[in-house]
Amino acid sequence: MTVHEPIGCHEAVAHLWEMLDGQLDELDQRLLDRHLAWCLRCCGELAFARELRGMLRARSEAPVPDDVLRRLETFIDDLPAPATGEAPG
Amino acid sequence: MLGVDERTELQRLCRQELPGLYSLARRLGGVDAEELVQDTLERACRSFRSLRDPQAACKWLRTILTNLWRDRMRRDGRLPDEVPVEDERDFSLYRTLEEEDPLPYSDTLHVDFLGAFSEHDVHVVLERLPLRYRAPLVLRYIEGFDATEVATLLDLPDGTVMSQLHRGRQRFERELWSYARESGLVDGLAMTADGATEGTNA
Repeated sequence: MTVHEPIGCHEAVAHLWEMLDGQLDELDQRLLDRHLAWCLRCCGELAFARELRGMLRARSEAPVPDDVLRRLETFIDDLPAPATGEAPG
Repeated sequence: MLGVDERTELQRLCRQELPGLYSLARRLGGVDAEELVQDTLERACRSFRSLRDPQAACKWLRTILTNLWRDRMRRDGRLPDEVPVEDERDFSLYRTLEEEDPLPYSDTLHVDFLGAFSEHDVHVVLERLPLRYRAPLVLRYIEGFDATEVATLLDLPDGTVMSQLHRGRQRFERELWSYARESGLVDGLAMTADGATEGTNA
């Protein structure tokens, strides 16, 4: 059985967002879990990374100015009936 | 009257998604957002019948918009797809906040710091990021595309996008800190101990 070196804080922090993204492989996840089991500071980093992701998603809306909204709604009103198929993009 | 029903459904969908599409166009940046949204709606109208799953309409429209944006940026030579990702020095906002302690009376320093940012502030910070970091971050963490989808949308290798996301996150944290200091977003943050206003620490 292979024994893997424990990871330090630097490496653990580098993997936190990947963990939240669900993109760590099984080994890296296990090593990170082992680190987080005793490192309070990296647990704090993890909680902060969660907050940061939430802020990025919830607080970056660019509202549509009223005049632009009116023009785009008129544009939508004037859209013709959809044509027969074409690949998206 | 199949055409009429489809047209009504398309219009309903476009109205519903309009704020999100405009917001995405603004956040990707570099082009006229209104024009990009119009072109997206026009393209959606032409290919509406290729949309098989109505539940996927939101993502479908955003894919069209991002593809149009990418092609336009590339046509204008502004998509830095071949630019190597430079080395970003490691930066942890969490630790910087602990060390600098800009809110000495706060028991929840990190959460309070983030709470000081309005939607406008976050938008400005995103705009300060280089395009090669901003686009992947916006598509991954705001629009919810997974990393492989982001790579496809930006026509980049998966590994490049992973690197851009990693460095982009660090750059975003660094810019949040710089912006907070420059703008005095948090009381006293713009002033150093001797009372002089500091520049960025980037």
